[in-house]
Amino acid sequence: MSTGQEIPAESGVNYLNANYGIKSWLLTFDHKRIGLLYLVSITIMFIVGGMAAVLMRLHLVEPQGALFEPETYNKMFSTHGIIMVFFFLVPSIPATLGNFLIPLMIGARDVAFPKLNLLSWYVFITGAALALFATLSGGVDTGWTFYPPYSSLYSHSNVTVVALGVFIAGFSSILTGLNFIVTIHKMRAPGMTWFRLPLFIWAMYATSLIFVLGTPVIAITVFLLGLERVLHVGIFDPSVGGDPLLFQHLFWFYSHPAVYIMILPGMGVVSELVTAFSRKKIFGYSFVAFSSLSIAVISFVVWGHHMFVTGQSIYAGLVFSVLSFLVAIPSAVKVFNWTATLYRGSISYQAPMLYALGFVGLFTIGGLTGLFLASLATDVHLNGTYFIVAHFHYVMVGGAVMAFMGGIHFWWPKITGRMYPDYWARIAAAIVFVGFNLTFFPQFILGYAGMPRRYAIYPAEFQVLNVMSSAGASILGIGYLIPLIYLTWSMRYGKPAGRNPWGAKGLEWTTLSPPPTENFEEIPIVTEDAYNYPVAGGTRV
Amino acid sequence: MMGFFQFGINSLAALMDIPMQPPVASSIAEGVDQLYLLLTGITLFFSVLIFSIIFYFMIKYRRRSEGEVPPETHSSLFLELAWTIIPSLMCVVLFVWSSSLYIRNARPPAASTEIFVIGKQWMWHIQHPEGPREINELHVPIGVPVKLTMTSQDVIHDFYIPAFRVKKDVLPGRYSSLWFQPTQTGTFHLFCAQYCGTNHSEMIGWVYVMTPTDYAAWLAGGEKTESMAQQGERLFSQFGCGSCHTPEAGGRAPSLVGLYGKPQKLQSGETRVVDEALIRQAILVPNTVRIGNFEPIMPTYQGQIDEEQMLQLIAYVKSLGSAERTNGQ
Repeated sequence: MSTGQEIPAESGVNYLNANYGIKSWLLTFDHKRIGLLYLVSITIMFIVGGMAAVLMRLHLVEPQGALFEPETYNKMFSTHGIIMVFFFLVPSIPATLGNFLIPLMIGARDVAFPKLNLLSWYVFITGAALALFATLSGGVDTGWTFYPPYSSLYSHSNVTVVALGVFIAGFSSILTGLNFIVTIHKMRAPGMTWFRLPLFIWAMYATSLIFVLGTPVIAITVFLLGLERVLHVGIFDPSVGGDPLLFQHLFWFYSHPAVYIMILPGMGVVSELVTAFSRKKIFGYSFVAFSSLSIAVISFVVWGHHMFVTGQSIYAGLVFSVLSFLVAIPSAVKVFNWTATLYRGSISYQAPMLYALGFVGLFTIGGLTGLFLASLATDVHLNGTYFIVAHFHYVMVGGAVMAFMGGIHFWWPKITGRMYPDYWARIAAAIVFVGFNLTFFPQFILGYAGMPRRYAIYPAEFQVLNVMSSAGASILGIGYLIPLIYLTWSMRYGKPAGRNPWGAKGLEWTTLSPPPTENFEEIPIVTEDAYNYPVAGGTRV
Repeated sequence: MMGFFQFGINSLAALMDIPMQPPVASSIAEGVDQLYLLLTGITLFFSVLIFSIIFYFMIKYRRRSEGEVPPETHSSLFLELAWTIIPSLMCVVLFVWSSSLYIRNARPPAASTEIFVIGKQWMWHIQHPEGPREINELHVPIGVPVKLTMTSQDVIHDFYIPAFRVKKDVLPGRYSSLWFQPTQTGTFHLFCAQYCGTNHSEMIGWVYVMTPTDYAAWLAGGEKTESMAQQGERLFSQFGCGSCHTPEAGGRAPSLVGLYGKPQKLQSGETRVVDEALIRQAILVPNTVRIGNFEPIMPTYQGQIDEEQMLQLIAYVKSLGSAERTNGQ
């Protein structure tokens, strides 16, 4: 965006080298540094969760289980789920790219509450450290869903400590969400009206709403679980006077919206990437923006579709089914708009774009297979099988993680000031795409064929598909390792990026790479819409 | 077209020895499979559509020079409405189809054979009203609707027979039910589909669908056992229930004869039909479901009666109901 203001001269001082030493990082109030603190923390969590996944897949090569006792396998998938959901996916894009980019994109010097921002990181790593500690010292075997009465009065694993970790990390989400909402409302640069905001900001806004409204519910829920487990207060177990389905209602009231906490930011990232690499204005800006908000709103009233086979009434089932179909519409609208954005564009295929297009394709499959589960009659058969596993991995990994990778690659030059080798990045993206599909596509078939999830051993007829899936997982693992290597390498040896290596629009590209601590020497004045790429026959106004 | 497509996929899968779907062995399985096929068709159509458009645009509109500036295109309200309304209409069709199928599949026919299931870590106890008990095996006759009444002794389990396309959670502290009508004799998988702890993946078994004559022979064979109602009757006297709950006991408590299946006004003012859940509640927490003007003198039997005995007592109370209907003429 041409803003006409003077950008600080290339003095060489930026947020990374403004001061040195561990204290300057651990006590920083700079949103960019806090974003990086999060990036390091969640990368560690991703590696732990990913290793658990690879071990699980190796185990499942044999029907009788190749590696572990069932008890260990159960701890493996529980660790994988808990770490990936609560300590990687939920904070992934919001806490890293969101923290780094929101002030830069709206033309602000920082978030509204910088100290609160740092506090939220400390709260997060406290929760994460507890969860890691509990996992490594004995583990937890309840699955990430913690269904009582198993989790409250039967499991002999570290449920309480992990639940405490989830409880604590939740406050980090609430603080971050609050911070973002206030920042987006109050800190926009002059001229940055709501409908000039990049769609990433709309997506972060919708996500923050869910953070603030949904997270307290999961906090209460795991608190009640702890109460029953530690003090035997009857809440969920009928043998002490509780109701086992109450937990599921409360849990999914948060955890379904949490799915959108994971995918909405990804949608925001993809909107930025698709426009930048096709040099086009987004197709249907307001439809994409409002579909984010409507997804956030509807996401709060679809939790019952996780409970179609629990014995909830037929009528409740019908209502939740129709609402679940409803959430498919805004998702479809987004996919069509991204695709239409490519029309007559000038499309280039650097790594971030490959991830973005991968996202659109895989999210389409993930979304459409959701229809099988919104449909009551088919859900009865598919619920609790590998079909579910495949479906949500298409959305969470094919969608959210693809977008996260795309976003990291896109803004890496802004974050570090360096370019990574695009050739390797494109190869890694292709490996991830192939490995992902090989891992999870066979699981759709496994599910329909009737294989239940969370099985440490399984009937022999399911072996071929399981072996395919395990082979895919090892390819996927390699696909994720390669970026770790070249991105680390690029921090020292990469070519300097310059302000705007992609020729992208957006205020973040008008400042230095890496940006100075105060982001902009002078607060920009915004005079144009987002994605105002030049068009043939003159510049758009 | 759809059938041809399915044929292609199935033959390919058969070559590679990959199971594409479970056997089609119940009256509802075919309907579920048809809906599944339609959903697969929709998924394939839209995935192929989106992928093809993306690939086409990727090639046709690839950047040819660094300084390339694309022409302006305008958002189109027509397109936006089209791709909002068309998927909405498709969702309406899917919702109506799947829901009507679900409602039809959810209600057991009145004349169903009843079998009882108790889930516990990590096995399935099956009890037939005629007396025979099984563990991790379920014998049923072909062509007859079978209704399972299920409960759990500990955590949440889930009773899943893929070949019948049926599944229902089995919860502690309440009864859930599930029904099916087998259409094919044979042996089919039975799985626990709700994670229930260490040996969850070993909480599996087999369903044997038999011809009616084989089934009758199976029921009659094996050790002679009392029926569930007879076992319930013994428990009834063992726990001393009869000292109050009989017409001869002097009106200290309601007689149970003919009670099952009738609506009763409770002291709370609520009217409830006497069913399994109500009898269970009356035995475990008697004061919450008091009928008539009797004194609240019944003690709780919480912790003294296990799930199996509970089902036997209920079967006994049920048998009293039918006794009245036949003898009371």
